Amino acid sequence: MTGGIKPKHQRLVLLTIALVALIGAGLLAAWALRNQADYFYLPSEIEAQAPEPGRGMRLGGMVEIGSIRTMEDGVTIRFVVGDGEASVPVSFTGIAPSLFVEGSGVVAEGTMGADGIFVASNLLAKHDENYVPRELEHMTTDQVRAQIEATLE
Amino acid sequence: MIAEFGLAALWLAAALAGLQLVAGFMGMRDEDEVLARLARPAALVQALLCGLAFLTLLWLFARTDLSVALVANNSHSEKPMIFKLAGAWGNHEGSMLLWVTVMAVAGGLIALVERRLPERTMLATLGAQAFVGLGFYAFLLFSSNPFERLNPAPGEGNGLNPLLQDIGLAFHPPTLYFGYVGLSVAFSFVVGALLTRQVTPEFARVMRPWILGAWVFLTIGITAGSYWAYYELGWGGWWFWDPVENASLMPWLAATALLHSASVLASRDALRAWTVMLGVIGFSMSMVGTFLVRSGILTSVHAFAVDPERGSFILALLAINIGGALVLFITRASTVAEGERFSILSREGALVVNNVALSAVLGIVLLGTLYPLLTEAFDVRVSVGPPYFNPVSAIFVLPMLVVLAVGPLLRWRKDSFARIRMPVFALGIIGLLVLAGVLLTSTIDILPLLGLVLAAVVMVGSFLPLRGRSLRRLPLAVWGMVIAHFGAGVTLFGMASDTAFQQERLVAANAGDVVEVGPWQAVLEGVIPVAGPNWNAMEAQLPLTYDGSEAGEARPQARSFWSPPQETSEIALVTRWNGQLYVGVGNQTEDGRWQLRLWWKPFVTFIWYGGLLIALGGVLALLGRLSVDVRRRVAVRKIADRKEDEAAFVQEAGA
Repeated sequence: MTGGIKPKHQRLVLLTIALVALIGAGLLAAWALRNQADYFYLPSEIEAQAPEPGRGMRLGGMVEIGSIRTMEDGVTIRFVVGDGEASVPVSFTGIAPSLFVEGSGVVAEGTMGADGIFVASNLLAKHDENYVPRELEHMTTDQVRAQIEATLE
Repeated sequence: MIAEFGLAALWLAAALAGLQLVAGFMGMRDEDEVLARLARPAALVQALLCGLAFLTLLWLFARTDLSVALVANNSHSEKPMIFKLAGAWGNHEGSMLLWVTVMAVAGGLIALVERRLPERTMLATLGAQAFVGLGFYAFLLFSSNPFERLNPAPGEGNGLNPLLQDIGLAFHPPTLYFGYVGLSVAFSFVVGALLTRQVTPEFARVMRPWILGAWVFLTIGITAGSYWAYYELGWGGWWFWDPVENASLMPWLAATALLHSASVLASRDALRAWTVMLGVIGFSMSMVGTFLVRSGILTSVHAFAVDPERGSFILALLAINIGGALVLFITRASTVAEGERFSILSREGALVVNNVALSAVLGIVLLGTLYPLLTEAFDVRVSVGPPYFNPVSAIFVLPMLVVLAVGPLLRWRKDSFARIRMPVFALGIIGLLVLAGVLLTSTIDILPLLGLVLAAVVMVGSFLPLRGRSLRRLPLAVWGMVIAHFGAGVTLFGMASDTAFQQERLVAANAGDVVEVGPWQAVLEGVIPVAGPNWNAMEAQLPLTYDGSEAGEARPQARSFWSPPQETSEIALVTRWNGQLYVGVGNQTEDGRWQLRLWWKPFVTFIWYGGLLIALGGVLALLGRLSVDVRRRVAVRKIADRKEDEAAFVQEAGA
């Protein structure tokens, strides 16, 4: 192994190897981040431009009143998440957090199914005492977004 | 009065840090300077004063002095004493005071005992230590004063949150802080060595115990944090790539790399500039971690923007310290002469692979952690999770583990493959056997598969350096290395095994229903209400059988606390030597069934056993290094005594 490298170039060779590896790691990370990062969507954004099915994402919005239904197996629930402009049906199998109730803000982690139902693998919910559901109708998308973010801090 | 006393002690300590800074840097230019003699005493007195300030805060919390804002906000007269005391550092101001205190005590310690380095280098080191310290003093005194009074004093304190009364939670942050501060000492040594152009093996030997200590604390902190998240969150996972977790992982990665490169520098006088660079990166990562956790930026960039004072302060400290050190590094790196040469196939070569891989993983974790913050600044919200971190870091971790198994077999400087052919083939065969065994019996994903194979190779390979050596005469530090490497294999085995073989059952059950998961059978006997001191709970009672024989009972709870109102899931764990059963109870369905979630997690406990073994290895190595140092000091003193005796004798004879 030693034959090929002139000793006086050793430092340079080591430096080059290290730099190549680190830059490689950086490029790899940048590429993977573009492909693997989960984007945050509101229902209206999904309606405007549906994300490709199967890609990891987060869906945020308000759980619409009267929409939560428990399926036969007792552990799958279906509900509708809306932002005042559009709504998306969601299916979740698991134990929902105790703060997950109708009319509260929720962020669901999961993927968009080809049938238009969002399959959630995890629900993040926090109750916001100041939240008044009726006001949602008059809010702009940005306000809804701010509202949802505020409920999840 | 007591709070003012603490504050005065803190101001005085800060003033002494100023003196230490001036004395250290003056002494660095000319060690005969009168001021130079003040550097070490200043560091000592500063440590005492800082310790006094911290004791004062403990005293205030012990007495629940509600006229102090910090106590009123974070304590309560009804708290148990241990949590009153832990409350002293369980908040922002108190934890920063703890940080400064630990740092001052470390500085006092090096001022007291460290005499191996040239005095000018030591003075520069103390000066650098004081410079870093002053930044934190300013932060405390100007924006996070722990002794601030509250007028009028409230009748009772706010802090009786039962969720925070957890013994693990009380000692977890200080553990990480000890690690962070240890890296700050290494950083000061690096700056001192760079300023006086003394990047020598001796410098690495002096710095090494501090790196080892920091590394042990970080290892314990991460291991404990992982287990805490595992049983407290109730999601069945043990690592979430959460930014707070990453904030502790990044300094650990840097410390691990630094530890290994400092070994090369200490033993072989090679990798000089690289070690110095890693010393700077290690402390940078500690500060990045502190910034992420303390600034509130993680909740939201906007939350940070609303109250940016503290975050900006830490960010400014980070920029000054790290920027300054990097400028110093760039201007001085070319004057750090190239160290001893080595062939690629040598112990040094293997450690270079370790260092590059660890640095690459560090970069990957850092980018993944900061990416959501960067995009949020452009109003795009993303989250980055396991689909990014796991495969991308594995690309560098897996080859590193191969080198970990083989590297310790290599000789320093130059080795030949022929010499280590036998053990390498043996390891290869073990790997292939495990691969074949797993592939024949189960179908699992590629990452856990490779993890199982490498875990076996690493566990066996870690003991190979003992071959042909007398176990009794083996230095403690070598034992430390063997045990830490073995621990890495054990942890990897636990991770791979849990990922590959865990089984999950999620059901809604009526009383009397049987739930099966893996070799376990659980019967839902009933769900009963139970009450604690400040909570109500619904407790599921599940008698268990394992492989047909009785195996105790699981009693998971869904708890509701009433002050403050909060609901938690208390999972039940049943531990066997070969894994854990993890049981959680959820909500009741409208038709009266209870949601139950059961996981059978084969060998999951090995993750934390391995972490403890890694820490144990670090402790052994630390003890080994320190005992060698003490023995050398004793020998040096004996020689000095004898010389003195001889001189006295000669004088007497002459008289």
